[in-house]
Amino acid sequence: MLDRQKMPEQDPKVRRSNFNEVALGFTDDQAIEEAKRCLQCKKPKCIEGCPVEVRIPDFVKYVSIGDFDSAIKEIKSVNALPAICGRVCPQESQCEALCILGKKGGPVSIGRLERFVSDYESKLEAEIPKKPEPTGKKVAIVGSGPAGLTAAADLARVGHSVTIFEALHAAGGVLTYGIPEFRLPKDIVRAEVEYVKKLGVTLLLDSVIGKIDTVDELLSDFDAVFLGTGAGLPMFLNIDGENLNGVYSANEFLTRVNLMKSYKFPDYDTPIKKGKHVVVVGGGNVAMDSARCALRLGATEVTIVYRRGEEEMPARAEEIEHAKEEGIKFRLLTNPVRLNGDAKNWVTDIECINMYLCEPDESGRCKPMPLAGSEHKIEADVVIIAIGTSPNPLVPRTTKGLEISKHGTIIAKENGATTKEGVFAGGDAVTGAATVISAMGAGKIAARAIDEYLKGK
Amino acid sequence: MPFKILKKQELVPTIHLMDISAPRIARKAQPGQFVILRIDETGERIPLTIADFDRKKGTITMIFQAMGKTTTQLSTLKEGNDLLDFIGPLGNPAHIENEGTVILVGGGVGVAPVFPQARAFKEAGNKVISIIGARSANLLLWEDKMREFSDELYITTDDGSKGHHGFVTDIVKKILESGTSVDRVIAIGPPVMMRAVAGVTKPFNVKTTVSLNSIMVDGTGMCGACRVLVGNETKFACVDGPEFDAHLVDFTLLMNRLAIYQPEEKIAFEKYKCEREGCKC
Repeated sequence: MLDRQKMPEQDPKVRRSNFNEVALGFTDDQAIEEAKRCLQCKKPKCIEGCPVEVRIPDFVKYVSIGDFDSAIKEIKSVNALPAICGRVCPQESQCEALCILGKKGGPVSIGRLERFVSDYESKLEAEIPKKPEPTGKKVAIVGSGPAGLTAAADLARVGHSVTIFEALHAAGGVLTYGIPEFRLPKDIVRAEVEYVKKLGVTLLLDSVIGKIDTVDELLSDFDAVFLGTGAGLPMFLNIDGENLNGVYSANEFLTRVNLMKSYKFPDYDTPIKKGKHVVVVGGGNVAMDSARCALRLGATEVTIVYRRGEEEMPARAEEIEHAKEEGIKFRLLTNPVRLNGDAKNWVTDIECINMYLCEPDESGRCKPMPLAGSEHKIEADVVIIAIGTSPNPLVPRTTKGLEISKHGTIIAKENGATTKEGVFAGGDAVTGAATVISAMGAGKIAARAIDEYLKGK
Repeated sequence: MPFKILKKQELVPTIHLMDISAPRIARKAQPGQFVILRIDETGERIPLTIADFDRKKGTITMIFQAMGKTTTQLSTLKEGNDLLDFIGPLGNPAHIENEGTVILVGGGVGVAPVFPQARAFKEAGNKVISIIGARSANLLLWEDKMREFSDELYITTDDGSKGHHGFVTDIVKKILESGTSVDRVIAIGPPVMMRAVAGVTKPFNVKTTVSLNSIMVDGTGMCGACRVLVGNETKFACVDGPEFDAHLVDFTLLMNRLAIYQPEEKIAFEKYKCEREGCKC
């Protein structure tokens, strides 16, 4: 009774060659059993760990008595994207990390229960809350990623007229172009975007703000603007050979696979280099996603090269575990120094050096140092650089009075207010690359500040 | 939000003109910028330089050569048909001011993006010398339109069927050698042509600008597919370009990277032809 329910998953041997979702979700009985484990604490700690303020014990209680309709209604009154959160939030370091049962048989599987009730609802017609009285105020949201969708939903719920401008041809931002199908099916993203639209939000695709309209122009049509433009430009290692053919940024590789569906080439037109020996550089979730996509495209060997140790990897433990189960190789404490190519400019191998860890640096992690004389080559016909991104420059370059940090991120107060009146920002555009849920949290906080701002106008 | 094809015309064999209804983009488009389009749900995103725009009518004109799967499929669409996605205006506008004498070089389908620049340079008060080239006379684009905004217009064909028998670079070289003072050269066309023009103008130290047509996916600075080496620095053609100083561009790298997907392009094209014409295999 005290042990956590195990969520069924696709067998690693099978799933390594398909793009179907890895985790299969709880059954009704499993969900009820798991929910019954919740102690319904008087002062629940879990809520403090939720950036979007879901009243966790309340919804879990409904699940425990089999009232899934009330459970999902409870979540959706504060979180418009539960099927996404239930799948990609790092619950182990948020709500579940604070669960009192953590010391006894493991915390309640809050994320899996959230996922369960969202999936339960997706089989039915989602209930749309009654439209509030219109306030007559208009808000423009730039970017339809997790920050933008959350801000849009919260602002629409209180009666503002909301329009989202999305640069790509599909909504969702990183949920659509970045996170692969096997971790977050695109039907789920589409359904949650539809729900946000049903709250009364207008969505304009193919609209690159900074180009088709500037933020200043938006301000002449709208009472406030929220910038959720995400982390844009991919970073490279700045070593020789990075422009060889076969070398991808993780953003390009994942965008081809996820947004453009190149794993279905030639039924979809966008090509991708599949590679036999694929090397992924980096240790975050994006690196894990890239490696696991490369494997599913048919690579015979996929190796993750990371300059620190497993302890220091920023990826979720579950993602690292899944990657290992699928047969991804890890070369830790290894850092690339050069990429070599053939006469036709194709990458042939990646030259690396072994590292060792010494005293912690300003990030609190141990600083990796090269071990002289340990240079070696790893064969590679595709290399994916997944070492992070810097913010997209299109909006900052074209917006007067919007201050930017030296890293290119938008400077914003805790409530999302930028240095430009009426303009708020949140998510990766402000913090640099972070998580889906922290972007959603920022969207929520900014929505509240925008509402306050509009009331004073 | 589909985008309607208002006009469709085959200008010369394999090269087509299309006017797309896109008022929001037409309102903002500038010479030197490009659009990204996607025909349908399974289509790829391809960049095309803006050949002209009409703010009143709300249209963007594109000119493209039917070469691979996507451009061939595009060439089969008719007036009244829709494009699923049409995104722009992307990239930085061309830098146009009164510089004095400007040579504009357009090769093949590259004449199209050169045209709005010729017009803008002329309107800015420059002396405009245009050189347009094609493989053969029947493939030569927009001679009349170019003539309207050029003080001098030269034509070259590879086979000698019209104008100078040879390459656009021959004329560029002749003008520079004649001692004519030239303040800037703009060259748009196949990478080999742009590299050759850069090679000709370098000894004369004439500022030369090229527009790079690298492979793109999103076109907004997110993926890095379009990266090029300019002055030994990695730049993204979509947000840093598409125009760059020709004397600093690594054209060999550009051409190598343009060839990345040749095998896949062939597979996609063969499949498309099979489906259209009935498979013989």
